[in-house]
Amino acid sequence: MGSEHGHDHEHDHGDWPYPHPKQPDLEDGPLTHHMAMTEAVAELLIDKGIFSADEFRRQLELMDSKSPAEGARMVARAWADPDFKAHMLEDVNAAAKEMDIDAGGIPIMAVENTPDVHNVIVCTLCSCYPRNLIGLPPDWYKSRAYRSRMVREPRAVLAEFGTVLPDDVEIRVHDSTADLRYLVIPRRPEGTEGMDEEALTALVTRDSLIGVTHLKTE
Amino acid sequence: MRRHHDMGGQDAGPVDPAEHNHAPWEKRVDAIMRLVGDEKRQLLRVDELRRGIEELGPGVYDELNYYERWISSITNILIEKGVISIDELGRRMEDVKARWEASP
Repeated sequence: MGSEHGHDHEHDHGDWPYPHPKQPDLEDGPLTHHMAMTEAVAELLIDKGIFSADEFRRQLELMDSKSPAEGARMVARAWADPDFKAHMLEDVNAAAKEMDIDAGGIPIMAVENTPDVHNVIVCTLCSCYPRNLIGLPPDWYKSRAYRSRMVREPRAVLAEFGTVLPDDVEIRVHDSTADLRYLVIPRRPEGTEGMDEEALTALVTRDSLIGVTHLKTE
Repeated sequence: MRRHHDMGGQDAGPVDPAEHNHAPWEKRVDAIMRLVGDEKRQLLRVDELRRGIEELGPGVYDELNYYERWISSITNILIEKGVISIDELGRRMEDVKARWEASP
């Protein structure tokens, strides 16, 4: 994932549908009740000057620009630079700013994996997630199964992601809220000692930043 | 008494790892939420969004998908705060549907 858009049309249709035909290329299938509600609410808010069509369009573009790449860059820097890691563990939002990354206004706490401790994040009540650093949450993060079970049987859930941890590794499950989110700093894979930050960044996956997987060099 | 959305520790089946790319309308819901909740506007906080979702009740909560819950909550709270009215929303939804039907 990069800063490119997920599809070809968002630029032209941020202020859809004024006055605009339906877009079967954008929304296959019928217009649902909630799709109509979404368009109606957006139009009313634009009409009332709550936000402009241009602000709406820019917000859509901003969202498409968010990806796990920013969280990955921070983790790679933390691996390469102990001072930066200390800063990140103290204050993720400030550390992000140091790299010209906007982590948003809600505090994010970094939790570091070690040989003895594995961290994983969940939001049992809803879907809170460090979206400014890693994009929108995947479907499973918002699912009943993940939210219900991760806090009670994390080893079993992690195993479903292919992550099997020895019994002597402590698992810490962090339940996010609207006011505090978490970001996992995964363990640096072995055999990466000679890599520069860019190469390290490319190793870091979204799922490792959530804590459901480990990183491997290959 | 535990409420419906508060599911930490409950029994549930395996995690389905399938993912979908967000549909354009889902991104629009998200963009509306970001804008009405931003520093400039401060019309709707994340906590209010969640309260609105929780108030949908157990049946609706499970019937609707994720962004359907969001737009339902956002709309209800904007009506509650007098930002939009039920009447104008209903009329505008009819307009949107009519335009959709009328377009080629």
